[in-house]
Amino acid sequence: MSIKVDPTKCNGCTLCVKACPVDAIEVKDKLAVIDLDKCTLCSACVSACRFKAISIEVDKQPAEDLQNYKDVWVFGEQRDGKVAPVVFELINVGRQLADDRSSELSVIILGDNLDEAVADLASYPVDKVYVYEAPELEIYDSERYCRVLTDVMRDYKPEIVLAGATTTGRSFMSGVAIRLYTGLTADCTGLEIGEDGLLHQTRPAYGGNIMATILCPYTRPQMATVRHKVFPTSAKRCEGEAEIIRLTPKPALFGSRSKFVDFVETVGEQGNLVDADIIISGGRGLGGPEGSAPIRELADELGAAVGASRAAVDAGWIPYAHQVGQTGKTVCPKIYIACGISGAVQHQVGLKSSDVIIAINRDPNAPVFDIATHGFVGDIFEVLPALTKKIKALRGAPADSCVIQ
Amino acid sequence: MKICCCIKQVPGTTEVKINPETNTLVREGVETQINPFDLYALEEAMRTKEKMAEAGEESTVTVISMGPPQAEDALREAISLGADRAILLSDRAFAGSDTWCTSYVLAKALEKIEPDLVFCGMQAIDGDTGQVGPGIAVHLDMAQTAYVAEVVSIDAKKMVAKRLIEEGYETVELKLPALCTVVKEINEPRTASLRGKMAAKKAEITQWGAAELETPEDKVGLAGSPTQVVKIMTPPCREGGEKFTGETPELVDKLYAELKCLEVV
Ligand SMILES: Cc1cc2nc3c(=O)[nH]c(=O)nc-3n(C[C@H](O)[C@H](O)[C@H](O)COP(=O)(O)OP(=O)(O)OC[C@H]3O[C@@H](n4cnc5c(N)ncnc54)[C@H](O)[C@@H]3O)c2cc1C
Ligand SMILES: Nc1ncnc2c1ncn2[C@@H]1O[C@H](COP(=O)(O)O)[C@@H](O)[C@H]1O
Repeated sequence: MSIKVDPTKCNGCTLCVKACPVDAIEVKDKLAVIDLDKCTLCSACVSACRFKAISIEVDKQPAEDLQNYKDVWVFGEQRDGKVAPVVFELINVGRQLADDRSSELSVIILGDNLDEAVADLASYPVDKVYVYEAPELEIYDSERYCRVLTDVMRDYKPEIVLAGATTTGRSFMSGVAIRLYTGLTADCTGLEIGEDGLLHQTRPAYGGNIMATILCPYTRPQMATVRHKVFPTSAKRCEGEAEIIRLTPKPALFGSRSKFVDFVETVGEQGNLVDADIIISGGRGLGGPEGSAPIRELADELGAAVGASRAAVDAGWIPYAHQVGQTGKTVCPKIYIACGISGAVQHQVGLKSSDVIIAINRDPNAPVFDIATHGFVGDIFEVLPALTKKIKALRGAPADSCVIQ
Repeated sequence: MKICCCIKQVPGTTEVKINPETNTLVREGVETQINPFDLYALEEAMRTKEKMAEAGEESTVTVISMGPPQAEDALREAISLGADRAILLSDRAFAGSDTWCTSYVLAKALEKIEPDLVFCGMQAIDGDTGQVGPGIAVHLDMAQTAYVAEVVSIDAKKMVAKRLIEEGYETVELKLPALCTVVKEINEPRTASLRGKMAAKKAEITQWGAAELETPEDKVGLAGSPTQVVKIMTPPCREGGEKFTGETPELVDKLYAELKCLEVV
């Protein structure tokens, strides 16, 4: 296995040098030379080269039993018997993938007292719902969940497994993939069956500055966690019904070295950022904890969640759970309204995939305007209260003509 | 108590910009940094050591990084921040490792140390997967929890940790040895002391490769990785749209009209 530059194809154009994230390539005498001590075999140069001069060779064969794996499975994450919204998005994309592979779509749900959740799942276009119920599984436990799901995967051999890129999905799916010695692609935003029949998984890396397409060619299942709100929620089924299959719990798998103590819900008033369609965020421009009042009032009026820049969080004005950005959350709402936020790169990476970005900032040169779909140069303490007032006053009034496109 | 912390060297954030003309990554120099979340992990490792000392138990903090030879810089920085010992896992054979192999190599190193407690960041800002920490724990078959925002209590046998999840805070109790991945809220990292900086200069960095870790060739690097990157592209830059200036009432009217178009008012 190695990385090679074909000297007959390379003309020393330096595209690869620019693409290399670890600065491992130099052009000497019109030929790209790769420093193998620095190279991480990330393949950025292979994609960047227009002359197909760079190649990475892996001498590896797919496992022999790949054809024994079929169907698409979705992990039906639930809490207190309520299915996580991302699951219905996974059903949507999973249905497409299963149809493309001419196979079936199943959901697996782990927990206890799941009747309502199962009925809910069965009302969507899935072929099967696998139900694994045991009191020990009522509350998520990474060790137990990992062992149980691994065991089910070994028995049923799905070809593709999708889970939400939630705190739950991201942490325990990693363990399942480790145990099965297969690949898990994190936080995917694109999923497609390629002509090769493989699952082509596309995901952002380096804070969304690059998109990487990843395959899992040699082992099964092909596993991915999928970002919230990238795929639309599935429509309910219009015909037929899902087969419900109850799996027999194996208590031998329920050992765990961790114990649940308690759970304190905090989202309530300010909304769950990752599920929100609209987020109104405040930054240092809020000027103090009381500065967030106009944001909260507008958020209430719009049914939006409240977000924050790191500056506002570090100042203690808004709790960390609301921080958007590199060291906070990545969000993809339909509308992101940045109020009194300068738009530093570290903040931008968290919100760049929002459909529409609206920025209100009194500094016309704030970097946030470089990415805002609609920028408003103004004072948030004047604009926001007036806007909220106007929305309240006109609630229910007929639509004006759209002045802005 | 033996405490370990896994840190990753990542590109300095500001460098990961796109040149709009060539549509390629712009790197000013080769600046790197310790992955921001790992600084919180390191700080928590040090605080745990201090807490244990108060309870009369001596501890050591060992930082481990897998990466190319220059990852040594990150390890020295960690020593300047107070870590006692640093180990670099570097070998040509490790290049191209995906999260399966990275967590495997880190686990093989940790196996030699037999730690009571391992701290990792919740995710690395370059790969952004958050899979390595939990993966290490599974390779080592130890207790684990992710997204820890507070270590509520700790002793030689167990720890109680509060984790930040979508809807709130969940508290769990873990039997040691255990691994935690941490979020930013957990603490505020200290800065390097003069003494730390001196220590960092002098420190010997242990280096382990495939031979020391006894990792088979087919379980590390590109050869051992179940996933393969087949394409990398730079998405088009997001461009700013129209910017409105004017008196407040005007702005409000426009903003309102915009929200109306978006069908939210
Ligand atoms: C390793 C690392 C990780 C980071 N991670 C994150 C992260 O996850 N998320 C994040 O947000 N940041 C992060 N940062 C910090 C980031 O670099 C910026 O410092 C931060 O985003 C700035 O927040 P801000 O825009 O609220 O404040 P400022 O940059 O101070 O901007 C405030 C803005 O408000 C405007 N303003 C002030 N008053 C008003 C008013 N009355 N009306 C209208 N506008 C007004 C000002 O013109 C200014 O543009 C990180 C930094 C580092 C080094
Ligand atoms: N190469 C590495 N060396 C040491 N620690 C790592 C490495 N890669 C990942 N980690 C640890 O795993 C965490 C999650 O990384 P990731 O899964 O890549 O997002 C990081 O915050 C580190 O604590």
